[in-house]
Amino acid sequence: MGEKKLMRGNEAIAEAAIRAGCRNYFAYPITPQAELLQWMAENMSEQENGTFLQAESEIGAISMVYGAASTGERTMTSSSSPGISLKQEGISYIAGSELPAVIVNIMRGGPGLGNIQPAQGDYFQATKGGGHGDYRLIALAPSTVPEAAELTFEAFNLADKYRNPVIILADGMIGQMMEPVELPSPVDTSDFPSKPWATTGKNGRKSNTIRSFALGAEDLKSINQDLQEKYRKIKEAETRYEEIGVEDPDVLLVAFGTVARIARSTRRLAKEEGIDVGIFRPITLWPFPGDRLSELSRKVDTVFTVEMNAGQMVEDVRLSINSDINTPFYGEQGGVVPDPSRILEEVKKYV
Amino acid sequence: MDQYSTIISGFGGQGVILTGKIIARTGMEEGMEVTWLPSYGPEMRGGTANCTAIISSDLIGSPVVTEPSSLIAFNKPSLDKFGSRVQEDGLIVLNSSLIDDCSTAESNNVIPLPVNEIAKGLGNQKVINMVALGGWSKASGKLSLSALKKGMKLTLEESGKAKFVEINEKALEEGYEAAKEESLASTT
Repeated sequence: MGEKKLMRGNEAIAEAAIRAGCRNYFAYPITPQAELLQWMAENMSEQENGTFLQAESEIGAISMVYGAASTGERTMTSSSSPGISLKQEGISYIAGSELPAVIVNIMRGGPGLGNIQPAQGDYFQATKGGGHGDYRLIALAPSTVPEAAELTFEAFNLADKYRNPVIILADGMIGQMMEPVELPSPVDTSDFPSKPWATTGKNGRKSNTIRSFALGAEDLKSINQDLQEKYRKIKEAETRYEEIGVEDPDVLLVAFGTVARIARSTRRLAKEEGIDVGIFRPITLWPFPGDRLSELSRKVDTVFTVEMNAGQMVEDVRLSINSDINTPFYGEQGGVVPDPSRILEEVKKYV
Repeated sequence: MDQYSTIISGFGGQGVILTGKIIARTGMEEGMEVTWLPSYGPEMRGGTANCTAIISSDLIGSPVVTEPSSLIAFNKPSLDKFGSRVQEDGLIVLNSSLIDDCSTAESNNVIPLPVNEIAKGLGNQKVINMVALGGWSKASGKLSLSALKKGMKLTLEESGKAKFVEINEKALEEGYEAAKEESLASTT
């Protein structure tokens, strides 16, 4: 860890990726993610064997990620909502081929072209598929700029460990805002796990093939079973969350990313009025920390979910709780960021 | 101090974004928690550009502020948009070179500064933002003039603009002095 730097979220993610040993970055510009691409353009060329390439399209960029990741190198792409939609076919192929890669989504308002303001409408896309077939991404949701850097750094380790694509699901506010960041020290690339599966040139060994294709039903079934077994292991080992004041709150508030930090302000406002609002913040959206949430829900009458969408994570919240306590939802859409006092107003209906 | 939020707003090109960054950077150098959030919507083209800087002794929750502790308004549309939202007893530093109507809430501490004229006197129209920031420093008392000078220097040096440090220092000083006179005038 070094000195503190005042950085935009987009810049902190880009620099953390470089420090994590990412040497291949392919992307196509889009607001509110453009500074990430800009940072890579300025800094990747200074890295030994660093490649920055502005692709002809988002589809081109994710296909380049597929290719570069096949060689075992640390590889990343980034975009914002409409651009991430374009990448879904490639993401499914990367997951099906069991390749490590990091995808960053700085979400904006949708659907369609939407707008460029912060939103969380891509939760379903990131956690339930998005592309075709039975695959999972590890989905990490930072709620501050320093955490965006930390989780990006960690994303590369997780991707390598499980040979699985990892998505960083942030939004325009985290991407655009500045906060002090302590960046991690650059990794020693010689410490990376060995990748005997990578297509690095045969040189006398048996040839490696990267593909997501198996014509026989039994063959593909077996590949899918292996994938599911891997997802089960990830669920067991990598589920992450943060808890604030969850011991005996009047209401337990569940929120991720930007909304979770706003919820901290709500908690403070509530305290002034004598209401104890606890916060449960999933850090991994997949695997969703449902078991822990279920435990916590037994101590309260209301588990209140707030999101910047019409109600997506709340479905996982309700599935996890599986009892008849109140599970209300409050959401804002279209790039409107919920106000701490507005959230408190909603919460008060259940106190 | 718990948390002090400032909205800085004006036309594109009046140095709004940089002013906010300098507040955040200075706060960070002073060991505070800080956030800086720009408006990046369509209003940046032609209309008002604004950003929000928060300095705090504790972890900052929402970086979005509906009722700021203070406002630095460089033009009339900015005062119209944010003036009424400033907290009771909050501070408004406004550019009296461009804003004739200085009436806002009675409870607000309003510091009108002719920043365009002051900057012109210094021979550089571009430093109106630092004139206003110097005034904000005096009137808010949240970040000292010397701390802001340091924060400004670091910010400019990092973006390769070290040669403008001197003129911006002068602008901060002039703004600080002008606010001193302004607050003396209003109390007598």
